[in-house]
Amino acid sequence: MRLEEHPILAFSRGKEIQFTFNGENVTGYEGETIAAALHAAGVKVLGESLFLHRPRGFYCAIGNCSSCMMVVDGVSNVKTCITELKEGMRVETQRGKGTVV
Amino acid sequence: MKKTDLLIIGGGPAGLCAAAMAAECSAHALVLERNPKAGGQLVKQTHMFFGSEKQHASVRGVDIADILLEKIARYPNNVELMTSTTAVGLYEDGVATALYKEENYFKIMPRAVIAATGAYERPLAFPNNDLPGIYGAGAVQTLMNVYGVKPGERALMVGAGNIGLIVSYQLMQAGVKVVAILDAAPKIGGYLVHAAKVARMGVPILTSHTVKRALGETELKAVEICAVDERFRPLEGTEKLYEVDTLCVAVGLSPLAELLEMRGCEMRYVPQLGGTVPVRNENYETTVENVFAAGDTSGIEEASAAMVEGSLAGLCASAKLGFVHPRYEELRQELQGQLDALRAGPAGKHIREGILSIVAKGGFSC
Repeated sequence: MRLEEHPILAFSRGKEIQFTFNGENVTGYEGETIAAALHAAGVKVLGESLFLHRPRGFYCAIGNCSSCMMVVDGVSNVKTCITELKEGMRVETQRGKGTVV
Repeated sequence: MKKTDLLIIGGGPAGLCAAAMAAECSAHALVLERNPKAGGQLVKQTHMFFGSEKQHASVRGVDIADILLEKIARYPNNVELMTSTTAVGLYEDGVATALYKEENYFKIMPRAVIAATGAYERPLAFPNNDLPGIYGAGAVQTLMNVYGVKPGERALMVGAGNIGLIVSYQLMQAGVKVVAILDAAPKIGGYLVHAAKVARMGVPILTSHTVKRALGETELKAVEICAVDERFRPLEGTEKLYEVDTLCVAVGLSPLAELLEMRGCEMRYVPQLGGTVPVRNENYETTVENVFAAGDTSGIEEASAAMVEGSLAGLCASAKLGFVHPRYEELRQELQGQLDALRAGPAGKHIREGILSIVAKGGFSC
């Protein structure tokens, strides 16, 4: 859910951006990170752990902990908490270590 | 290969102040910032700063970030800022490597480096601590204050230090119900003015309490807490369950100094400074010549101290390269005076002790 009213901050959102998450259409805004747009759309599980396949969401949101890595436009291990949305992006849940393109 | 006098890694309060000072000294600085927005953690800090006017006291962090960015924008020929760019390596031949988005991997040959890479939020160990819905408190702050996205409906905060208290208040400003703030310590660690603010809003602050376990299948559904004794051992029979979709962990920060370790700088574990930090001289230069460090990278404090350290490191590194500020001595004394004031009193005792243990006397003179 996006905040519309806030006692201190005014959020001026950029233009709408359409992207897909596991094939489904999602709307975000220019200037948002992939992880922020997915969270606003109610998606918290971004990937899974390598060996026990436990669900993974973002943890640090500053590009440090690697818990938010997803497959974006076919590229594995993209840190979605610091990567900005682009029109038409294909975002997918990452399972396993990913592949080298 | 990109060339610059000073490569500044990190576009937070320390890095931006270092860049502004380098520009004042007529040196060229390249600033790398891995986030899409520069400003470091200032960009999500909606609270007003304490301290003195010199570090923008009573201005909100987010506005301080803009002030610093405007300052470096005044030197377009001296400062180049690259956002969405992660420094990934510092090599013994002096070359640095960086990655722009997922697209462009490039090399930089600087004459000197200032590491201003900041810190990371420590995790807390308990069963199911990896469930989505469990975040660093700063991460939640980024989500709601930078991107305007509501983290959840009901949140529990672990840590009654300043970050835990401030973020709890900001969660309420974003319309999130904060069910409680826990801290394993027997007393509140943060400023009482912040604690009073959340307590007045009806949030219980439970000292001598910790998280026993988190519950949920794919996402956080509930958190079980318990009381601890004076040696932090859980007390049987004190368990309490909170149904929450968000758990914020605010149990302290540790310096991010891997690049300095990679470069071969001598490192030391200093508990008072939050973890492993570089040994340095009084000019902010590490044991590797022309590699400097400033801000949380070399010891956890807060943004005010990081700004002053960044300015000092920028001043000293520029001087080392021959760009001596016309008011070098005067500025140095003034900035050092500001740091001493920020670290004065009982609250700064651990910082003063920590710094004494990593600063080697002497070093170059200019």
